[in-house]
Amino acid sequence: MHAAVIVFPGSNCDRDLAVAFERAGARVSMVWHKDTDLPQGVDVVGVPGGFSYGDYLRCGAIAANSPICRSVIAHADKGGYVLGVCNGFQILTETGILPGALLRNAGLKYVCKPVGLRVVTSDSAFTHGYAAGSTITVPIAHHDGNYYADDATLERLQAEDRVAFAYTDNPNGSARDIAGILSENRRGLGMMPHPERMAEPLQGGTDGAALFAGLLGALERA
Amino acid sequence: MKARVHVMLKSGVLDPQGEAVRHALGSMGFGGVEAVRQGKVIELDLAETDAAKAKATVTEMCEKLLANTVIESYSVELA
Repeated sequence: MHAAVIVFPGSNCDRDLAVAFERAGARVSMVWHKDTDLPQGVDVVGVPGGFSYGDYLRCGAIAANSPICRSVIAHADKGGYVLGVCNGFQILTETGILPGALLRNAGLKYVCKPVGLRVVTSDSAFTHGYAAGSTITVPIAHHDGNYYADDATLERLQAEDRVAFAYTDNPNGSARDIAGILSENRRGLGMMPHPERMAEPLQGGTDGAALFAGLLGALERA
Repeated sequence: MKARVHVMLKSGVLDPQGEAVRHALGSMGFGGVEAVRQGKVIELDLAETDAAKAKATVTEMCEKLLANTVIESYSVELA
């Protein structure tokens, strides 16, 4: 598996994400935001957490219009895999790869703590390593993670089994406790919690590792 | 030509910052504030001198970058 991790000015989880992909067995290329093309043969694009462009205007808005994001959108459009974590999730909603938007947390505070997540569906390359309905612990660290979409979109996400993860104890006001969603073709995942920060024992737990291992497994079989 | 863009959260989208401001005003003794919505104003200096063209361009800027139309509405004023 060849993974590309995009690096924006202000990204701060890019190396963590790269290490998580590498530990799962992927070859990783770091790709600068001013590059216009992804490396040849990239299977999955990781859009990392952080504060791209200082979160100016809106979280993820400027990153979503950066040169490399045109290639990320093209990669997603032709069926490539995309994983957006935290700011990466915000960026994926701003590009339109994923529906909805992330608003300021309902409690107005930046929240940084491990949270419980229910794996809502195991029907995706990202989540097939988990049992649907199981609960895992993964940290969040965000100020704008309050998932919003109109009712019709929320109904559709649930009807199409595209909610990947839901909070067991909603920390930010997200609609229907949504922590992570899948794209229409199930090859794009955006999530506010950080699986790359819970991928080996030294990080305090390994509940995030199955996401990367599962993705690698799915791609190797494909 | 100058353009001023107002960006607001759409009605129906909860504005926790506006709510916090409303609570603060209430606790400061300003009674009767029934709702507060907080938005932003973006001022642009444009080389364009044709008002219709400027309006069309700024509207496109709003659609593509300045506003997220999933959650925000915008209005454009020229001066």
